[in-house]
Amino acid sequence: MRKVGKQSIVFDNVYLKSSSAVVGPLEMQGPLAKYFDAHYDNLYCKKQNWEQAEMQLFTDALDIALVKGNLTPDEIDLIFAGDLNNQITVANYSLRDYSIPYVGVYGACSTSTLSLINGACLLDGGFGRYIMCATSSHNATSERQFRYPTEYGGQKPDSITFTVTGAGAGILTRQITDVRLTKATVGTVVDSGTTDSLDMGRSMAPAALQTLKAHLEDFQEDLNSFDLILTGDLSTYGAKTLKELAREFKIELGNNYHDCGMLVYDLDNQPVFAGGSGCACAAVVMYGYVVKQMLAGRLNKVLIIATGALLNPIMVAQKETIPGIAHAVVLERVK
Amino acid sequence: MNWVDYLMAFLVGGLICLIAQILLDCFRLLPVHLVVLFVIVGSFLEILKIYDWLIKIGRAGALVPISSFGHSLTHAALLESEKIGYLGILTGVFDLTAGGIASAILFAFIIALVFKPKG
Amino acid sequence: MEKQIYQKVLNNTKVKRPVVKNSLQAFLVGGIIALLGQALLDFYQLVVNLEEKVATSLMSITLVFLASLLTGLGIYDRIGQFAGAGSIIPITGFSNSMTSAALESKSEGIVLGIMTNMFKLAGAVIVAGIVSAFFSATLIYLFSR
Repeated sequence: MRKVGKQSIVFDNVYLKSSSAVVGPLEMQGPLAKYFDAHYDNLYCKKQNWEQAEMQLFTDALDIALVKGNLTPDEIDLIFAGDLNNQITVANYSLRDYSIPYVGVYGACSTSTLSLINGACLLDGGFGRYIMCATSSHNATSERQFRYPTEYGGQKPDSITFTVTGAGAGILTRQITDVRLTKATVGTVVDSGTTDSLDMGRSMAPAALQTLKAHLEDFQEDLNSFDLILTGDLSTYGAKTLKELAREFKIELGNNYHDCGMLVYDLDNQPVFAGGSGCACAAVVMYGYVVKQMLAGRLNKVLIIATGALLNPIMVAQKETIPGIAHAVVLERVK
Repeated sequence: MNWVDYLMAFLVGGLICLIAQILLDCFRLLPVHLVVLFVIVGSFLEILKIYDWLIKIGRAGALVPISSFGHSLTHAALLESEKIGYLGILTGVFDLTAGGIASAILFAFIIALVFKPKG
Repeated sequence: MEKQIYQKVLNNTKVKRPVVKNSLQAFLVGGIIALLGQALLDFYQLVVNLEEKVATSLMSITLVFLASLLTGLGIYDRIGQFAGAGSIIPITGFSNSMTSAALESKSEGIVLGIMTNMFKLAGAVIVAGIVSAFFSATLIYLFSR
């Protein structure tokens, strides 16, 4: 492993041993249903309240990834995890039942790739044999923390994004498997200059662009070398804004560019406004759809740029602008 | 029972909400900004005696929106101040709206005990 | 330099709101709730034979109850998404804001949850009402002297 360019890393021996994607009812009714490992038909996930429901999703993701990788929790050397709740509560509480050395990370909706980058660095640096990376989000816990009570009758504008209810986990190893984590680019905090918390997709576009640009420059890479470039949760309006922003810097995002928030839901038929968001958005698309497509030989090289809006309600009320961050990883199929 | 009453109620009630919606969308305000604004406007219109006229022509159309809340608070404060002097503004302010507030608290409490949020 | 480009593009790509559609929907629902209020007012005054002040109060209480119930049943938020201001501005919006806040905090128990959080959204309305009523009443009181 070594640093490349300004903000990127190339890994020597990091592979994905197994992964899992668990989702809620709306995601299961979306176009990627067949790529998920498990789901719940109700937002309560058979629990008593929203926070417990998200913990259920999180622990399910851990358990399924362990089973698929034929591993027990004792064999995991370390876990990097986080979520959207204050104090990354869901990750903390979920890991009460696992004695895995735990490093909590917060990247808002970019936690999925943030945790992978951290895990990969540690692993490639020689630490341990198996490192787990996990994250979750839940529509109700994030609504209640960042916006309004779930039964409130306020009107949501079309620009808002819809937090994905789900969890995703990946187990990294130095042994060769079919999916390899080859490169990463760590994002910097990019101020969007916008203050509208109902328009978060667009406020993360500058951060996504900065990381994309840095990745292409650091590796002298061409956009077309990727089968698929995914942003985490810019959704309809954010993705449009990113294309325009990219054009200003002579980067033409073409047909190989998509956004996880627009893939995870059927935007025409589901009441999800501009598209999906939340830590689980990039996580379930990456660990579910991308990994399974790679294993089936249909995708070879994918750049995943998970994006996070680093706001909190107090800052918004203080009329501060919304800073964003985007962390990128490259997954490649081992031929 | 006069069908004109119903027509006017519909028009006035609808119009007040229409104005609010335009403010909401054009100035990118939040719902809480809107209700605060309308309560204050309802209160201030009492100074110009306009709200009483609005209630006369719109009946429920002017009584149902939250602006009538501002009007009722001011109206009650004034009524009590006419009886006992300036202090009446503070002691009487809730007189007309007490029913609405007390019932909102009571029902919110009961409903919250009985039901669970659906997300 | 980059920041200026971000600002420029973000300003140019602002998401438009369907103002006309939203306004008509608000007008429709706001009007219907007012109609319901008028029907209740007539019922209490003409059928139950209550005096105007009492009938008005009872109309408010009835609307508050209905909004609270619909919130508990999980229906009010759907009406709100369609109606926008049409369901926020009537007194039903006030009731919904209190009930939804109380309901959401149910998991924290009765005292720390329901009771503590009930006025999270509605508090602003009451404060604004009292403060503006105080100033308006004072002005009117002084002018009438």
